[in-house]
Amino acid sequence: MLGMTYVAAIIATLPLLFIIFHLLRQGAAFLRPDFFTQMPNPVGESGGGMANAIVGTLILIGTASVVGLPIGVGAGLYLADRKGSPLATTVRFLSDVLNGLPSIVLGIFAWEFLVRPVGGFSALAGGMALGAMMIPLVTRTTEEMIRLVPVSLREAALALGYTRWRTSVSIVLRTALPGIVTGALVAVARIAGETAPLLFTALGNQFWSTSLREPIAALPLQIFAYAISPYETAHGQAWAGALVLIMIVLVISLIARYATRGRYAGSGD
Amino acid sequence: MPAVETELPRATPAVTMRAAESAAPTGTETILSTRRLNAWFGRARVLRNVTLDFHDRAVTAVIGPSGCGKSTLLRCLNRMHETVPGAIVEGDVILGETSIYKGGLNAIAVRRHIGMVFQRPTPFPTMSIRDNVAAGLRIRIGRGPSRSETDEIVQGALERAGLWDEVKDRLRDHALGLSGGQQQRLCIARALATKPRVLLLDEPTASLDPLSTQTIEELVYELRQSIAVVIVTHNMQQAARVSNRTAFMLAGEMIEVAPTGTLFTNPRDSRTESYVTGRFG
Repeated sequence: MLGMTYVAAIIATLPLLFIIFHLLRQGAAFLRPDFFTQMPNPVGESGGGMANAIVGTLILIGTASVVGLPIGVGAGLYLADRKGSPLATTVRFLSDVLNGLPSIVLGIFAWEFLVRPVGGFSALAGGMALGAMMIPLVTRTTEEMIRLVPVSLREAALALGYTRWRTSVSIVLRTALPGIVTGALVAVARIAGETAPLLFTALGNQFWSTSLREPIAALPLQIFAYAISPYETAHGQAWAGALVLIMIVLVISLIARYATRGRYAGSGD
Repeated sequence: MPAVETELPRATPAVTMRAAESAAPTGTETILSTRRLNAWFGRARVLRNVTLDFHDRAVTAVIGPSGCGKSTLLRCLNRMHETVPGAIVEGDVILGETSIYKGGLNAIAVRRHIGMVFQRPTPFPTMSIRDNVAAGLRIRIGRGPSRSETDEIVQGALERAGLWDEVKDRLRDHALGLSGGQQQRLCIARALATKPRVLLLDEPTASLDPLSTQTIEELVYELRQSIAVVIVTHNMQQAARVSNRTAFMLAGEMIEVAPTGTLFTNPRDSRTESYVTGRFG
């Protein structure tokens, strides 16, 4: 039995190792400085880069964070404070449903309500769709992290003459902060590679654009466009793009790991 | 049946081992008292007409079986009981001349005058040793103490808590690096730093090893020279070792309060006698 679980544990890591190995083999050759500084060439021509898509992805992540983090953290604080209230129970349930919602569904809705009314695709619509995906993730991790702070700590602050508000901010929130930051970064890593919602919102852009009101390029979209084209060189660019995307996610995950170090390990009550 | 406050002569009987040896003068002046105090958790009544005086510069122990309401009594004294949802308090507590429930002081002010230390050590994990002790100073209304004033207060509080010599070279270190017993003394220092008039200890040694327990007991014994201490404990030997007066509670009622030696050797109430001789609880 233990032998089988051992095999399963090894197999569990294989997909990632295989993907990284394959990406390096196929894409590393295309990761020249040009890839980061040049615009994409028309499909069929060799050379060029994905500078606009890399910047576009960072802008989309930033917009999504501006939308998703405050709402997610705020909702998480509420849930932690009002554990059993009817509203909290409802919000928690709906948040879990939203978390499990297929991203393509979210994309269609974003198109219907964010793109169609204003009459055009935009980076803002893409960022908001991604932000909506972040909200439930951030909400739940924030709630969990706040709940990990022992009640005894809250009581100690109150007994010292802290006001309720001050206790929440400078003791409870501060103690939970590393965990909340980690949760936020995990959420960012999760949405960084999302493609489906962007198809209907940010659309993609062959040109340089940093405007929130215009369609914007994004790594997943650019990878998609190149991968379905019939040209070998475009495929190479797609592999390289995938490699960069994975590296962005990896870096964010590493920062999250770092932020978690030395986190408060409570005494268990 | 409300308990009657018993004001027995202060002469300490020989049985109160260390109280008898104490050269330090301990007070008989009342600093804190409860008046027909009742408390509920929702519908469950946990305190029944408790009327009791606590003396200044003296240690009062509150003993009784689990669930008798002794911790609730303590938490009513600094208005911590009401922080629990569904908790209700009736009656009054008088600090000096001021009623803390019927006007005069708000809950925040009450807690600055009456410090509290809990069962488990509760150092703030994001703060250094120094910042933990200073935590209560910064939240004072108006201008807080300057850096050098703070350093002085921190040192004074740590000295009173008997922790200064152990931590003076690492005040900037993480508070969680201290042992359990040191953490508890840190919490006592933190409570003392705001110069409270009364210190409440809620089973302060329940989570500590015997050696740390002894250190804390010696500390409590020392503190009686400068402050009123109320200690809740389920350990009768501890009550006998550290307190001047002991109050016995049962099912939310104050059964008997007397000088510690008297209560343990010559209790007036048969229920007290049953408890202190180990027949229940």
